Amino acid sequence: MHEWALAESIVMAAVETAQKEKLKTITEVTVHIGELQQIEKEIFLFALNELAKSQKPKIKNDAFHLKTEKSTLVCKTCGHCWKYSDMKKKLNETESESIHFIPEVVFVHARCPSCGSPDFEITKGRGVTLTSIKGVR
Amino acid sequence: MEPRTSVIEKRLKNIKRIIAVASGKGGVGKSLVASSLALHLAHNGHKVGLLDLDLYGPSSHIILGIKDEFPAEEKGIIPPTVHGISFMSIVYFTQEKPSPFRGVDISNIILELLAITQWGSLDFLIIDMPPGIGDETLDVIRYMKTSEFLVVTTPSKVAMGAVSKLLKILIELKKPVLGVIENMTMTDSSFIKQEVKKLNVRYLGKIHFDETLEEAIGNADRLAETQAMKNLTVILMEINL
Repeated sequence: MHEWALAESIVMAAVETAQKEKLKTITEVTVHIGELQQIEKEIFLFALNELAKSQKPKIKNDAFHLKTEKSTLVCKTCGHCWKYSDMKKKLNETESESIHFIPEVVFVHARCPSCGSPDFEITKGRGVTLTSIKGVR
Repeated sequence: MEPRTSVIEKRLKNIKRIIAVASGKGGVGKSLVASSLALHLAHNGHKVGLLDLDLYGPSSHIILGIKDEFPAEEKGIIPPTVHGISFMSIVYFTQEKPSPFRGVDISNIILELLAITQWGSLDFLIIDMPPGIGDETLDVIRYMKTSEFLVVTTPSKVAMGAVSKLLKILIELKKPVLGVIENMTMTDSSFIKQEVKKLNVRYLGKIHFDETLEEAIGNADRLAETQAMKNLTVILMEINL
């Protein structure tokens, strides 16, 4: 359950931001979950809510909103665009799990489906990002 | 917003010392020094972690003979303990395949590893650095603020040229440099010692070229018995390690 570690980074970043902005309560935190990281959403949300209980400033119940972000992979060699979900079936369980831990190892285990190049980039949907925080002062 | 940077300090807070074994040049024996240093400290009863940050060519696991290990998952990932060393490497996730990473990917991998690795409490975290002053070195300086540097060179003027550049940037950034180890020496030349002294950095001593070393690679017990390890132990005593 390495989702806990990522949830902890979200909660700490939200708290840091709220402290800078002098918020007394955090009411809403929007988190984008990139497709490549293959986060277990329920576990992640559970971890966020558990970690939120002991924070200052206070984080309101059910403050976390999760949005899944589809990935876009773009080949630097031939320009082909594709999604991780298009190629996931071709990867074995170990490869897929490795990408779950470190999304960049997709460059190790996958190739451009059009030209076979390993030189592609993740332009969308890599991992977990904190996209917005709302609160009251 | 990048959330992972917020949690790194917490992940590292119970580590007493972080020592990055670095060089401006590849092939000078950084991984051997880093692995041997970790073994030496573990043998002396310290709690030790070893992080291989050479993402293109990780080799600490080859030197220490670490195979068929994988981190446990618990509120992050917990490095397996081998030879008394908590060992973390990209190799768990690349399975020895080629790793064609660009700079931005390198930084993302380092951030991810630092954010999700649960080291627990350690006396020492040793980092096996890749050569040069690229992303990995800059990221270690940026995110692992307490890191100290142990620099390795060979007697070659070519190696020292690149090592001088690394030393100069570390000095400019006011990073603690424990000193320079001269590895694989075959003569009594004092060239490296003089060059290091010009930069006001401590010259720590020589590890003589050891023909038997290659046979000890992959076997931590045999490694500990090599002349190279004996030379290193003397050097490490100089800096109370």
